[in-house]
This record gives sequence, structure tokens and C-alpha cells, in this order.
Amino acid sequence: MKLGLVIDLDTCVGCNACAVACKQWNTSGTTGPLTDFEPYGKDPTGVWFNRIRNYEVGDYPNSKTVHFPMSCMHCDDAACVTVCPTGASYKREEDGIVLVDQDKCMGCNYCAWACPYGARELDREDGVMKKCTLCVDRIYDENLPEDERKPACVMTCPSHARYFGDFDDPNSEVSIISRERNGEQLMPELGYEPVNKYLRPREKKNVDTYVNETNSIKAVKDWVNRLVAR
Amino acid sequence: MDQAFKRKSYSLKSSITTKGISVPENLPQFEDHSKQETKFTTCYMCACRCGIKVTVEDNLVRFIQGNKNHPINKGVLCAKGNAGIMKQNSPGKLIQPLMRKKGSERGEGDFEPVSWDAALDYLTKRLDNIRKTDPKKLAFFTGRDQMQALTGFWAQQFGTINWAAHGGFCSVNMAAAGLYTTGQSFWEFGDPDWDRTKYFLMWGVAEDHSSNPIKIGLEKLKRRGAKFVSINPVRTGYQAIADEWIPIKPGTDGMLALSMVHVLLKNDLFDYEYVLQYTNATQLVVHTPQEMGDGLIYRNEEGQPLAWDLEKEAFVDATLAEIKPALFGEYQTPEGKTVKTSFTLLAERYLGDEYAPENATKICGVPADMIERLALEMAHVAFEESIEIKTEWTDWAGRKHDSFIGRPVSMHAMRGVSAHSNGFQACRAIHLLQVLLGSVDVPGGHLAKPPYPKHVCPPIKPAKPKAPGEPLDGPPLGFPTCPEDLVIDDDGNPLRIDKAYSWEAPIANHGLMHMVITNAVNGDPYPIDTLIFFMANMSWNSSMNTGKIRDLLREKDDKGEYKLPFLVVADAFHSEMVAFADLVLPDTTYLERFDTISMLDRPISEPDGVCDAIRAPVVEITSDVRPWQEVMVELASRLKFPAFTNEDGSAKYKGYKDFIVNYEKTPGIGFLAGWRGKDGEKSLRGEPNPKQWEKYVENECFFEYKLAKHERFYRFANKDYLEFAKNAGFVASTKPITMELYSETLQKFRLAGLGLYGGPQPKDERDQYRTARFFDPLPEFYIPLEQRCTSIEEYPFHAITQRPMMMYHSWDSQNAWLRQILAQNYMYMNRQKAIEMGIEDLSWIWIESKTGRIRVQVKLMEGVETSTIWTWNAIGKQRGTWGLDADANESNQGFLLNHLINEHLPCGDTGRPITNSDPITGQAAWYDLQVKIYPAKKGEVGVWPSFETIKPLPGSERSKEKLRYQTHEAVGLNRSLKDILTRGDTKRDK
Repeated sequence: MKLGLVIDLDTCVGCNACAVACKQWNTSGTTGPLTDFEPYGKDPTGVWFNRIRNYEVGDYPNSKTVHFPMSCMHCDDAACVTVCPTGASYKREEDGIVLVDQDKCMGCNYCAWACPYGARELDREDGVMKKCTLCVDRIYDENLPEDERKPACVMTCPSHARYFGDFDDPNSEVSIISRERNGEQLMPELGYEPVNKYLRPREKKNVDTYVNETNSIKAVKDWVNRLVAR
Repeated sequence: MDQAFKRKSYSLKSSITTKGISVPENLPQFEDHSKQETKFTTCYMCACRCGIKVTVEDNLVRFIQGNKNHPINKGVLCAKGNAGIMKQNSPGKLIQPLMRKKGSERGEGDFEPVSWDAALDYLTKRLDNIRKTDPKKLAFFTGRDQMQALTGFWAQQFGTINWAAHGGFCSVNMAAAGLYTTGQSFWEFGDPDWDRTKYFLMWGVAEDHSSNPIKIGLEKLKRRGAKFVSINPVRTGYQAIADEWIPIKPGTDGMLALSMVHVLLKNDLFDYEYVLQYTNATQLVVHTPQEMGDGLIYRNEEGQPLAWDLEKEAFVDATLAEIKPALFGEYQTPEGKTVKTSFTLLAERYLGDEYAPENATKICGVPADMIERLALEMAHVAFEESIEIKTEWTDWAGRKHDSFIGRPVSMHAMRGVSAHSNGFQACRAIHLLQVLLGSVDVPGGHLAKPPYPKHVCPPIKPAKPKAPGEPLDGPPLGFPTCPEDLVIDDDGNPLRIDKAYSWEAPIANHGLMHMVITNAVNGDPYPIDTLIFFMANMSWNSSMNTGKIRDLLREKDDKGEYKLPFLVVADAFHSEMVAFADLVLPDTTYLERFDTISMLDRPISEPDGVCDAIRAPVVEITSDVRPWQEVMVELASRLKFPAFTNEDGSAKYKGYKDFIVNYEKTPGIGFLAGWRGKDGEKSLRGEPNPKQWEKYVENECFFEYKLAKHERFYRFANKDYLEFAKNAGFVASTKPITMELYSETLQKFRLAGLGLYGGPQPKDERDQYRTARFFDPLPEFYIPLEQRCTSIEEYPFHAITQRPMMMYHSWDSQNAWLRQILAQNYMYMNRQKAIEMGIEDLSWIWIESKTGRIRVQVKLMEGVETSTIWTWNAIGKQRGTWGLDADANESNQGFLLNHLINEHLPCGDTGRPITNSDPITGQAAWYDLQVKIYPAKKGEVGVWPSFETIKPLPGSERSKEKLRYQTHEAVGLNRSLKDILTRGDTKRDK
């Protein structure tokens, strides 16, 4: 299996629902808690697995605003795994999820430097690296209803901009939608073979105009009453 | 909740298979579900009211997720909803009732704890005295509450006319314009037909209402290839994914809509039959300029409106079926008066050159060819891409139809249109556009949500004062249709403390909460004794002119007594308002209480279903707080309100739950519509069911009654629907709901202003001018009031706000997770404009209005109209409030725009001050603000003004430096040594 996400930039409105759902689930999840520092003070910071970046493209008035959720891409050839000196970072053979064994991690930060996607966050309090687990503690939990066995971010996304599934299965939702809409890897030139795919905004919709050539009205007298029953 | 558990090693469990994904072996059991409970309730992180499923572990919230069965959110949940855990665990929560310390000054925040008994004894005594002497001396205003049916009823029983909720400073223009035009509106009143619409126009949505339904809907549109056009000065949030973004100048949406109307009329592109059959377009209007009765509907002796029948060539009752009325024309009445169809007046108006795109562009900044193209695109979709749903239905006159014809163009409009002083008319203009396209309550168009549509307008009048001790005859808020309905004295002076329903704001259907403090302190129109605020931050981000309002709250008379003698604040959080309270009554969070989202209020219905909901506690209360609704029922019993008291004087209801179940507004109609009848077998109408709450809890805390297929469209004229709605108490009659493009109601007020009305007329010249000028019976554009007296050369920028999606309506941006996303706001402006002015990114600038100035940091961006600057609202907090540390970013870098906005029109004229609000509805004109900007001098840095640090409340804990929330010890997932040794670290190495 090759599990991963598809993120639709055509419908993401940057609402941060996915980011907070992730935080909420994972703080009591397998690598929790996700420590927050100065939660009520100056410059609050904390460990998040999923952050939304915002960009503008082009100049006013033709500028576009793009909301870009970023989390672990679960790369096939993950630099974070390559550089890990302790074997804590690994890509699971069964499903391709990139994880950090919290007991083996010594918090050296190499993986965070190696990851070009900014997907790893050091929990200073625990002294270990934490990251997106694809909600490994949800997706296989048989005690959860079957349709809830997916990552918290996917389940919550109000604009259905997130899909989860197995890219090895050509009939999975993620495979189909990636095929249909040319799902793209982020920065493929780096060669890490990220599994997650992004969908570009769809082509701008064009609509015809209705020009009434038979009847152009200049004044009210140009109209003729029609016999219509109330 | 705050300590981190130690990690434990995992236990193994056997391999299983789930759908699509095979489950690997050797996975630990990550959590012990046997220690968890899942419960359902309704979210209250904003006003959207989504269904949530909450997993609880040891009275701690493990996880909050959307309820997939819920009609509003269908399983999804926004950022706010996902942050509920941090609301529940906020250090800013109030924990016990408090009294201002004797000898301390209001605003200092010196409190001492008091027992609930003592607090309620004191309050009861005070209120009882007011009620028996002069009940209007109690003013009760509620902020973002969702129980207005209860709070309004409470005020009615108390006998005070001085009650309203926050709609006056939120979006009353949107609500009122709809109810006075189409009998429905946006958001809680109606939604685009997301599943069918092909063209969607979003007007002035400042990332606001409604949260999840809009997001769900936009994705549906995009998936189906519908076009999404957004009209907004700022391109963030929803606007980001629009197919086309129209950066309009703030406050000019009305002109854009009317210019589109111009284009449609010029091209003879409107739904002739729809307009003729379902609106008052054929009704004849008396044309006798400068005379009494000019502009009123020509009526027969029975008072019925008349039309001209083309076949009979005679005047006929315009409300009859099967007449063949003229849509256009001018006729002479037997009395010798000239009458014209209202559509003739409408067409004459909007064919005028001033509405031509080449002129409209000068006002709204939208290119003329773009205005024309957008109008013609909508016409194309409405008339060339119509849809049809084959279903037999019966119209109001008993005629059978075999299908519903749909015009798949829909719209949504919200605060950006509402919060201007021309917003009522701008919203009317948008509705006019919808109606001309034939798109209201048709497939693909804009669909009402029960109990809407209602007749234009609902037959409830604002209550007038009664003798002390007596309940009012009706709710304090209602729908005036003529000057006689105003709540004024014989001299024409306002009777309400907020001056709602006076000449200053005649159709103030939601009151003017933003004027209450100013008016009460100034004794204008009279002083009051006690003011109760529930869930409203009126000394901070919900008031205009915040600094002055804070001073007013502290103002004393010659005897050294506070001019506002007693202030009660009921809230769950330590907001900026709390410091000004004399008595603080702590409310619970939404996860700790029972609530109703009632059909008597604005329920959670969907277009095809009647829905309401409850909240049920999912965690136990752990401090000395009480749900405000319980407190209200208790006060009602203590004060012996008739509806809450048995004949023997004993309390009629045991508490809130008992009241909700057993109270009947009219026989069979109560707060909750589901599972009525003795055994719960009846829906919508039926005697009280003692097990009703339990049925709601069993059914995931909501009730949904699906309308039959033939009752889902054209409900304004749909016989079966109207009969159903009457039985359910939604409407008072089964007559068709006639949409009012031409408003006789507005014309009556205008005539009063002109001195041509045979009833109450304004005496003050300015009231005369305002009613004559702005109460146009046809939707009209006028320059917003502040701009009418402000030099655009001197104050060239429009300054507006938005609330970020992850905080909209969440009234607590102190939330530990959400504030990590945004804890500081900047003033945003157009990059090219800033370069022209020599303003650099992230530099400090002054923003100055006629009312004051603020110093803030600027950020440059592309996606903002060049004459607009904007910021996120309500990020700035007073130091020490909301459980935040004194050095929190919200207090030291965050700021409010409110300081620049005057609650009175800053027009410098003499005479009485006039509210800075829509002259028709009293809607706070937040977005009318005009400012100038200039760089701060060297060395001038930091936000200004700033306010003192508020003291911690008794018993409050200092907030922690670290937060490590988890509900159970984490179960780690370990990599085996074998895996490390035998497998390469990446796939490529294999």
C-alpha cells in the first residue's frame, strides 16, 4: 500500500479546519501531547503537523490568492529517513507512512533540515521530532466506524479539499482523482518522490452572455403587455 | 488535563481488514475506547450551529468531530469547531459570581466572589422594584445569543420594551431587506440551491456567515463546473477560489446591482411571467405628486390592491387568480387620478442613464463592460440554461403544474453589504435582481429555509409600553408597516432606550444595541436603572468609539453616582466587558448545558427540511457557573412572571428543560418542533411530550422533517406548502406570499417625511429629510451617510474589517490553538497604492478619521481594492483579559479599528446627535468609515492607543507557560530492530 493525501487547491479556502482537527486529534494521539508554548502569552507556538500557507500570485487587479496546506508528503524516497542517525525515522513497509519512533529519536533535527517541505516539528519539551502520522491511530482502528477510519484533516475539511487513500490501488479515490485532474507532486525536481498530490485550481469557468438582439428597450413604452394569467 | 502522561509501550492486537485498506499486523491498541463515551450536541463556537459528535474520556474532551447525519454540516467541521477543547479549558473562563468590591471604581476590575443565592436575591429585589414602578428602566440586551425566543419572551413578561439582541450591529439590513421584499433572506433565512445552481454571485461576505454550509456549497459548485463570482473589496478566504473576483469600492454594491438591473431591462431580459405572477409588479400606484396618498397602492373599498385587467379593460382586485393584469401602463381612475403599475415606475427608474454601466462604474469602480457582461451572463444562465424538475404541484389557486421551472442563478450577501448605512436598500437591490431573474425559491436559485418564506412582512408589530407589572402585548421587536407602528410618544420622541422604531430608525427590527450605553448614560431619551448584557463585549470590539464608551460607563453625576446605576454582565468569559460590571453572572460553555435552537427563533432548517436542535451537556460543570437560560427561568419564577407562575403563586416550571418542554406559544406549538404529542408521535404541532428532550438526545440532538417533493419550491405560491406552513405555525395564512418589489411600507414613511401622511409625521427637520430621502419605495443607491459629510479628498480611504474564518463569531480569539494561527492583526493596503504614497511594508502608520486616530503596522498586499484598507476585527484585546498574559500579542500588537468609528454621525452639525447607522433599520454602519493614512514619524512605533492592564479575577489561575493537553497516555508505535537492520531506509535503497 502507498497511503497518502490529495489536496485540492481549487476548493481550499484556507479556513484552517484541517490544521486544527489535526492538532486536536494528535495531541491525544500516538505521538501526543503536541506541546504548546506560551499558549496564553507572547508569541504562542506549538507543535502542528499541518499548516496552511497563504500566497498571492500576480498583480492587482489580476492577483490570485492561494491557500496551500502543507504537511508530510510521505515521500517514497524520504530525505528525512535517509539522514536519520538512529533509525527513528522510517517509512513503513506496509503502507508507506513515514513515522518517527518516539523512543528512538534523539531530537537532533537532521530530518527537519533535510525535509524540503517543512513537515517536521521538534517538540522541545519531549526532545523528539513529531510529524504527520496520517492518523495511523485512526485509520486502522477497528473500533471506529468504518467511514471514520481516515485522517482527521480529511474527515473535517468543509470544502472537501482533502482526500485520503491508497495510491497503489488504481481504483482508489485518490488514484482516480489524481488521474482525472493531473495531480502533481510538490517540487518533484528534488527527487524525493512525495506521495501526496496537489490538484491545481480548475480552469476559470466561462459563461456565454445573453444579448437580446430582437428587443432593445429604450423606454417603458417599448414594452408591449403580454396576456398572462395571474 | 494539563499534565502529560508518560508514554507506554504498545500491546499487540490481531490483524483485521477494513474497507479498501488492509490493516497491518502488529499494531497496538492506540486508545481504550471502553473508557470513552461519545455524545452528540450542537456546536457553539460560532453562530453556524453544526452538529457535533464529542468523544469524552474522564470528563475531558478527547475529540470533537462533525456529525455526519446533521443537516447543517454533514460531518465536516471548521477550525473553530475543532478548537472547542481549548474553549473548554480556557483560563479565561469565569468560575463564580462576582460583585464589584465596595468602594472600588467601575472598570478597575476589583471583584469579590458572591454566592448565587446572594446574587440572585439582590438582583430579584432590584428587578422587582423596577418592574413594579417603571419597567423600561431595565434594559436587557443580548449579544451573540441563540435563544432570542426565550430572552425576548422574558423581556415581554417583565414588561420592558428595552430588549434586543445583537442584530442591530450585525446584519439586520440583510434580514430586514429580505423580509420586506421576498419574505426570506440569506443565511438562516435561505440558501443558494447548491446542488443545482450554475451561477453564483457572492456579495460582501467578509469571511462570515455561514461557516460550513458555504464551504460545502462552494465545493459542490466547483465540482459541477458552476461559475462563482465574488464581489468584495478584498480577496481572501472564499474570494480566493472565485472564478472571477470583482474588487468593488465599499458601500457601492447597491449601485452595481441596480446597474445590472438596468442592463437586464435594456435587453428585455427578465422573467415576465414570474414577476407578474408572484410579485406586486402589476399593482397600481397612485401618481399624484405633492399630494397626500401619492405613491400608495391604489386599492378598492375593501382595501385590496388593484391591477388593470387587459381583457376586461377594467380595474380588478390584483390578488385574484386568473386575472390578466397589465405589467406596464398608466391608467386613469374613475376619481380622476393617474395610476401606474409599480413595474412601470420600476422600469422608468432603472432605465435611467444614471444606472447605465458607464455611469455606475464611476461609483463602484467596476468596469462598465464587466457590469454589462456579468448581467448578461446571469441572463444567459437563467433563461438559456433553465432547469425543470418534473413533479406535480398545486399553486395557491388550486391549479396543477407538472413541473418546477428553475432559473439556476443564485446569490449570497452578508455583512459587507449590510454594514453600510445604505445596506438595507442595497440588499433590496440584490433581491430585485434575484426576482427579475425569476430565481427566488426555484430550482437552482435561492431557496428559503422554513419557517421562511413568510408573508411580506410578518404580522408582528413592535410592542408598546404597558402599565408597570404587566407583560407587554407582544414581543418587543416586530415589523412596522406604517408610522403608526412606531414606538414613540405623542410628541414623536423615542420610547426605547436605543431609539429603535423612532424616526431615527423606524424599521429597526433588531434594535440598536450599539447605542444603548451612550443613550443610557446621557439619559437620552431617559436614564435607566439596570442594564443587563448577555454575551456581548460592549466595552470593546462590539462598540463604536471604544475609548469613549469606556469613559461613559464610568461617568458619574453631580452626586457622585454612576449615570448608569447598575450593570449586570452575564458571560462565560473574562471579556473586556466584565471589568465594568457591578454584578457578574458566570455562564457555562456550550459543552456543559442544555439549549434549544428553536423554530420560534431562527432554527437550523435546510431548504428541503424543517430542522431544529438542542444542546445537551457532554461534560460536567466543574466550577460555580450556571447556564444563563436556567438563571433566566429562575428569575422569571422569582419575579412571578405570569407565564412562569401558577395561580397559587408557585413556580410553574422546575427549570429550563421543564419550561422548554411544556411551554406552548399557541396550543401545540412550543420551542421544539420534534417528537411532540404525548407519546412523541407528532411533528411540528402537538401537545407537550414529557420525554421530548430524551428523544432529541436519542436522535443526536436534532430534529429534521423532510418536505415532500412537491412542497420544496415556489413555496410563496405553493398550496400544499402554505397549508403545511400554516399548520406548523410558520405563517398566519395560506394566501400566496406576494414579493414586494415596490414597498408601500417605505412610501408611507416617506410621505410622513414629506408631510403628506395622514398619521404620525416627524417634526425634526432632519427626520423629515431622512425619511423623505432614504425611504424610497424602490431599491435605491445613495452615498453612505458618513461620506455625505466627509471630504473624500481629505479622507480618501474606506476602512473596513473582516473576521478571519478560523475565528468568525467565535467570540474568544484567546483560544490557545486558534491564536497560534493569528494573534496579531495588521492594516492591509494595496501594494501599488502604498508605493505611490511612499508607505513601506511593515512600517508604522497613522490612520485618522474625523473621530480619532490610531497607530498601527501596515502590510501590503495585492488582493485589495486601491481605495480600501482593511484589518481583522476583534484580534486586539485589553491586557489581562480573556486569560491572556499582559504581554500577549493581542494586547501589544493587536488593535481595534473601533476607535475611529463614531456611534454618532460625525457630521459636526448642531442639534441632537444622530446614530451612525442605516437611517431605515438602525443597522450599525461599521463599514462607512472614511480615513486618511500617513507614515508615523521616526521613532513612533507600537500600537496606539493602548489600555491599562486589567487585574486577575478572584480565584483565577495564572495561565501556564506550557500546555500539554492529552486525555490519555500516548501509545507509541515502535520500529523493530529487525526492520532497522534488514531494510534500507528508503524505497530507492531496496
